Amino acid sequence: MNLSDVPEYQAAIPDIAAGPDNTEGLLRLRRQLELGLPLTPRPYAKLAEMSGLSEQQVMIAIRQWQTQGLIKRFGLVVRHRTLGYAANAMVVWDVPDDQVQDVGQTMAGTACVTLCYQRPRRGLDWPYNLFCMIHGTDRQRVLSQLQSLITDNGLQHIPHAVLFSTKAYRQRGGRYVSHS
Amino acid sequence: MRLDATDQQLINFFQRDLPVCERPYEAMSRQLGIAEDELIQRLQSLQDNQVLSRVGPVFEHSQAGASLLAAVAAPHEQLDLVAARINRAPGVNHNYAREHTYNLWFVMTAPDEETLDERLDELEHQLRLPILRLPMVQAYHIDLSFEIDWEALP
Repeated sequence: MNLSDVPEYQAAIPDIAAGPDNTEGLLRLRRQLELGLPLTPRPYAKLAEMSGLSEQQVMIAIRQWQTQGLIKRFGLVVRHRTLGYAANAMVVWDVPDDQVQDVGQTMAGTACVTLCYQRPRRGLDWPYNLFCMIHGTDRQRVLSQLQSLITDNGLQHIPHAVLFSTKAYRQRGGRYVSHS
Repeated sequence: MRLDATDQQLINFFQRDLPVCERPYEAMSRQLGIAEDELIQRLQSLQDNQVLSRVGPVFEHSQAGASLLAAVAAPHEQLDLVAARINRAPGVNHNYAREHTYNLWFVMTAPDEETLDERLDELEHQLRLPILRLPMVQAYHIDLSFEIDWEALP
């Protein structure tokens, strides 16, 4: 991908005195950041060294990406499974179209729901348009949380299916920039 | 896996808003009342023990590039085989077996929509299975962090 074609990169760092090669440096920074922050006393200096930018440029870029929403969260990324959250259920719902926004917002405000997305239906084969994720230490706990979610919010009339995960074949952060 | 009180606090405090300053780990260590090198060591061992997948940013999919949730209905006895083929495709960052006729669920990412479609078409061709393509229409809750109930853990 040629990053100079992507508008958010052109606008990314207006207040850095841009060298001719700044765009490439930012691309390298993105690629390094997707792999995680180095665990060394000066991690931004290390990233700077790896991407050909200055430490200041790296910190400014990260702050701006946070402000712009390109980085939605910057912190420790926990593997809940290792900690003992052994059960995770994707619960899918067939919500009437005119209620999907209300129901989605209600679910999103519930503590046990960690993700909530609207997605398109795909015919009779896949009638569900709302997805939420519930994590718990075991299957029974997840099911009882789901039951509370339904009864507390009056969702009994909405058809749903519960898809527990049985095996994780891969779990890692998104890598949008080419790493080849 | 049981963590000690300091590790628990470290995770409670810093799932978001990691400091962006010259010595972020030093700033974090002051909040926890430990030394910088101890904090770095704790992060390293949490990472080595697979408690943390990484320290760093979670990019917003819709701005970072293209991605979608996809599913296939694999014949039960070929589940592992099909999952391995999916993992070999470029851009796959999550891949779970789930209890449903659609029994493999994965997230495919790409720098742009066109590449994403090409990758899915190619994978569909390789697997000889139709891929259910479910792009996000609207996010109501997209924050991947949640408060950990340490007491409830085994």
